[in-house]
Amino acid sequence: MGLLRRLLQLIVTVVAVTFFSALLLQLLPGDPVEVLAPFSSEEQRDVIREDLGLDDPFVVRYAGWLGGFVTGDMGNYYTVSSKRPVSDRVADALPISLQLMIYSQLISLAFAIPVGVYAAARKGRIFDKFSNATAFAMLAIPNFALALLLQYFLGVKWQLFPTSGYTKITEDPSMHFQQMVLPCVTLAVGQFAVYMRLLRSDMIATLQQDFILLAKSKGMSSRRILFRHALRPSSLTLLTVAGLSVGTLIGGALIVEVLFQIPGMGLMLAEAIATRQMVAFQSLIAIVAILYVLVNFGVDLLYSALDPRIRHDRTR
Amino acid sequence: MTSEETPVGTLPGTGALLDVRDLSTKFDSPRGAVRAVSNVSLSLERGQTLGIVGESGSGKSVLSRTIMGLLPRSTASVTGEIIFEGEDISGFSDDQYRQFWGTEMAMIFQDPMTALNPVMKIGKQITESLRRHMGMDRTTAHDTAVELLRSVRIPEPAKRFDVYPHQLSGGMRQRVVIAVALACGPRLLLADEPTTALDVTIQAQILDLLEDQQRERYMAMILVTHDLGVVAGRAHKIAVMYAGRIVESAPTRKLFADMKMPYTEALMSAIPRLDAPPHTKLSAIRGRPPQLVNPGPGCAFAPRCPYARDLCSEERPVLRPVEDDPDHLFACHYPVDSAESIEIKDHLRAEQMVAEAAGGGDSDGW
Repeated sequence: MGLLRRLLQLIVTVVAVTFFSALLLQLLPGDPVEVLAPFSSEEQRDVIREDLGLDDPFVVRYAGWLGGFVTGDMGNYYTVSSKRPVSDRVADALPISLQLMIYSQLISLAFAIPVGVYAAARKGRIFDKFSNATAFAMLAIPNFALALLLQYFLGVKWQLFPTSGYTKITEDPSMHFQQMVLPCVTLAVGQFAVYMRLLRSDMIATLQQDFILLAKSKGMSSRRILFRHALRPSSLTLLTVAGLSVGTLIGGALIVEVLFQIPGMGLMLAEAIATRQMVAFQSLIAIVAILYVLVNFGVDLLYSALDPRIRHDRTR
Repeated sequence: MTSEETPVGTLPGTGALLDVRDLSTKFDSPRGAVRAVSNVSLSLERGQTLGIVGESGSGKSVLSRTIMGLLPRSTASVTGEIIFEGEDISGFSDDQYRQFWGTEMAMIFQDPMTALNPVMKIGKQITESLRRHMGMDRTTAHDTAVELLRSVRIPEPAKRFDVYPHQLSGGMRQRVVIAVALACGPRLLLADEPTTALDVTIQAQILDLLEDQQRERYMAMILVTHDLGVVAGRAHKIAVMYAGRIVESAPTRKLFADMKMPYTEALMSAIPRLDAPPHTKLSAIRGRPPQLVNPGPGCAFAPRCPYARDLCSEERPVLRPVEDDPDHLFACHYPVDSAESIEIKDHLRAEQMVAEAAGGGDSDGW
């Protein structure tokens, strides 16, 4: 797929996502200014109304936001006491969410790949049955319940990891990673179960292929057959789903961010919705959508790295 | 893995390379045990070719995989002996087999489109076994692989080293599969329908290539096929399989000169012949291959056999040698040249002539 087509796809996605989410927000009852600045004077309220374009019709307001967004103006983010440019807040929150996303993806993949591979290799045996049962249990536990359990046992009872807070990696790397353990594990558990099951079923199909038998009849070791011959052709579905879950992890890790007091994008989005800040909300949604499309573009590039047949189709 | 003692009387390099004795392979299935291979015995000398011929479902592929030790241990149960170089390998674990695979015995598969790893360069698929078994370093393995590609007549082998399987045609891929199998100089090559998936024009090329390589390397080969024509000019010995059993085996020339088993005859008449008059109809074998779960007491071919009599469905014929020829074995109560069968054959021929004379009749017979 050409770069131009990608760019077009990016634009369409961002516009569609922000337009419809703004439309939804529009339906929420109540005067936003009432929520934002309940104790302000009528003049202050007019300033806020003017800034947020609340008196304009919806389409005009949307067009105004879009014009601002493409020129780098993401609008202002209001709190009860102050206002700050959205871009400032995003500069703080986005790296945090990205870290959360990357760490939890790494953890889940680091476990899902070996477990999925060996479960497939030992299909129907004890290891396979045990790992499947574990995966289903992991899928069944809701995020918030798991978060509370981890906080209680690993945080409070055994004092292994801090239960909340966020420290920048540049300030105190050791503290940064300690604080990230519980939230990332919380997110990784569900991902692990999905990835493991996907890889397992694709591996089982791959292991029945003739080329696996050929590798075996060459005298290759089982480990080499599993990891060098079977893993790569089995990992395309896994990669697709891992790419798709990036969006969820960046913007949708809300519960985890709340429970662990991590000031990421999810927390900010929730706040923006609660306080009816359409401009900020649209900007945040747009950023998540852009990242989502970019990551999946990366996934597409990885496809061709993993499977030469796709590579050659494309250049043809 | 250490062979502590060499069995008496079998010095390496003497005796048969492969001696299979009373080999049976069963699979568990919900309907009962599937007897895919039953009581097969055969032997193969160094540098010689054994053709195993039979329809699909006759157990020939399972037999070759049993000899290779490639069947999943969880579902297949194997009894009998597989004596390779004087050592019984039938009870080997995967780890023990791994010392044999590639270096002592190698295999070629039916479909070259699926036999190569689609995401690995073909050169790499050759060098990985060179590096593992021969301990070659990267550059030596590379050069050896290019030589191998050249020896299986792949044009511009140095360039082809870095291509992926999907960039090659089916015939080229089968050449690569052969190069992979030959890489570590196996003494026994099992070719499981090596040309079935290929264009007719390519088939002869691949078979010639296998024959040349076999002669150069003094390698024994088991050529598994459903096509008697494929093995006719190439195998020293032929074993015909039906329903998991060997029903006739003989040196190739003897088999073609004097076939005993009606099934062999039926396979034979399914091959188009150049010396037959034009528009001669090829005869098909009626019915289907038998089921291998709970086989009846009689000859498995009896339901499809034109010469079958009551005895055939009551008692299974044992594999016995032809009079004064211990090399030629067959399992049949009424062999093709017996008085009973000739009588039926004459009768059938007469019927067919009547039908043809009556015109309009379909000369096919059914």
